[in-house]
Amino acid sequence: MSATNVSAPARRAGKVKPGAVALTIVTWVIVLLFFFPVAWMILNGFKTEAAAASATPKIFTEYSFDQYREVFRRGMGLYLLNSLAVSVLSTVVVMALAIPAAYALSVRRIEKWQDALFFFISTRFMPVAAAIIPIFLLLRVIGGLDNLWWLGILYVGMNIPLAVWMMRSFFSEVPLAICEAAQVDGAGYMRELWRIALPIVAPGAAAAALICFIFAWNEYFLALLLTSVAAKTTPPFLGSFVDGRGQFLAVLSAASTIAVLPVVAAGWLAQKRLVRGLAMGAVK
Amino acid sequence: MTATATRGASQPTPTKRKGKNVAKHGDAEIARFARKILMPALITSIVVTQLPFLATIYYSFQNWNLAKPEERSFAGFDNYAAVFTNGYFFPSLLSTIVIVGGSVLLSLVIGLLLAVLLDRKFLGQGLARTLVITPFLVMPAAAALIWKWSMFSSEGGIVNWAIGLIGIDPVAWNTDHPMFTIVTVLTWQYAPFMMLILLAGLQSQAGEVLEAASVDGAGPIRTFLTMTVPHLRSYAELAAMLGVILMGQVFDPVNIMTKGAGNTKTIPYLLYERAFIGQRVGEAAAYGVITVIITIVVATVVLRSLFTVFKNVEVDR
Repeated sequence: MSATNVSAPARRAGKVKPGAVALTIVTWVIVLLFFFPVAWMILNGFKTEAAAASATPKIFTEYSFDQYREVFRRGMGLYLLNSLAVSVLSTVVVMALAIPAAYALSVRRIEKWQDALFFFISTRFMPVAAAIIPIFLLLRVIGGLDNLWWLGILYVGMNIPLAVWMMRSFFSEVPLAICEAAQVDGAGYMRELWRIALPIVAPGAAAAALICFIFAWNEYFLALLLTSVAAKTTPPFLGSFVDGRGQFLAVLSAASTIAVLPVVAAGWLAQKRLVRGLAMGAVK
Repeated sequence: MTATATRGASQPTPTKRKGKNVAKHGDAEIARFARKILMPALITSIVVTQLPFLATIYYSFQNWNLAKPEERSFAGFDNYAAVFTNGYFFPSLLSTIVIVGGSVLLSLVIGLLLAVLLDRKFLGQGLARTLVITPFLVMPAAAALIWKWSMFSSEGGIVNWAIGLIGIDPVAWNTDHPMFTIVTVLTWQYAPFMMLILLAGLQSQAGEVLEAASVDGAGPIRTFLTMTVPHLRSYAELAAMLGVILMGQVFDPVNIMTKGAGNTKTIPYLLYERAFIGQRVGEAAAYGVITVIITIVVATVVLRSLFTVFKNVEVDR
């Protein structure tokens, strides 16, 4: 780090090294290659079907909001609302469960905290498909299919391990002395957790919540199996564009652009926190 | 996963167990509080993931075809015998290993390259980082659809157009190379994810150490290999673990892009197909049970041997 600080003024004063320029160009080429499919999706969403499906890629063509109108005509509004409801609600519940659990694995921890952490992580290793058969059959019997509440409960189970993992890392960074000071003031442990420790890790908690939101918003398998009409979410809705006859690339691109927009925007804004949240488990 | 996975874990040395946090106040009081606040999450996890699995075990001993519900009966080990003899399971297991292993490795390598490139100061660094993480944020269903119909399509696909520019004949990617298309999408989505974690590792490296190395006359490549790579190890481990967890469930691109054609029938897709298209509940349940047993073994070995967090070392606190 400081090596760059030393050389930075020198570089500014002197000539730019050709090697550095080449490396910058290589970097940008790779970056743009990675971003290209997304950029192309956004462009295609504003084209006509014929232009989007053209054998030679068309950049200079007519652009309009027609496809977006078509997407909402097909009812995407409801599916977006469903996705939003199930993602927000499940994230709130996950955080309410995971924050205390993570505290019990870090600051005020149970004796076998490593085993408990291992248990949480290992539930995430299990193929969802192995648990889904009885869940599907049960929901069918009790009439719980196509119901956002049940889908939300499954998302809670799905996201607890990740939230616990991240929150535990953040809590591990809080100096114990600060928490113990609360005890001197006569605050209970519960107060210590919510009033003292949690505010310190609030940015981390926001990152963990964002990750849970992203996974719930993007989830496809459970949504495909357990919802059909009223509770259908955005990911299975996207798939339905392919079944239609004729050309669908432009309208599919428009729908996909809307579908990815909330998560991409949130991820862009919070990228630094996301990194910290995910990477800290490696060291702490 | 199941209680069995947890049981083998109680080796940590008891003497080191008592951290400074439990010394001051009553041990029992704190332990009671900790157990109490752990319970809601633990119970939810058990109810949502473990109880259904118990039911799956029960179903795996049943003859049960959803299409013929009246013929339900006890099957003994017939379903398990079927799993090993009907020839679906092992090819599917192999496909899963190849797809997940290949995608994790590729995204780690590309992620490391991206991390190194994006760690240096250059024009537009912030923007470049923002653009490059986008694929990870894109909904997997949308990613699979866009790659299949916009990138790899035989009619108007960008990939064929691009290779046409350098004189290569069009390729029917979706039908002739389904495995390649799946691995491409997964790598595209997860390389930025690996990059994020490895970049955090690079940035946490102490500058003085690197400077000292360069003063000692070590070249940049030697410094990278002898100092940066070992430092990145724990970050790479974490990235690999999360990659295996997230990609191990790979279903979206398979269902959307290939429907399991051309050796892309991963275990999650096979289970889905047997249970919900074939309606063979008993047989699909047996696949599930065997898969879970395999994952328990793999997860236990991998997590316990690779990751510092789970090693029997008291993490400093």
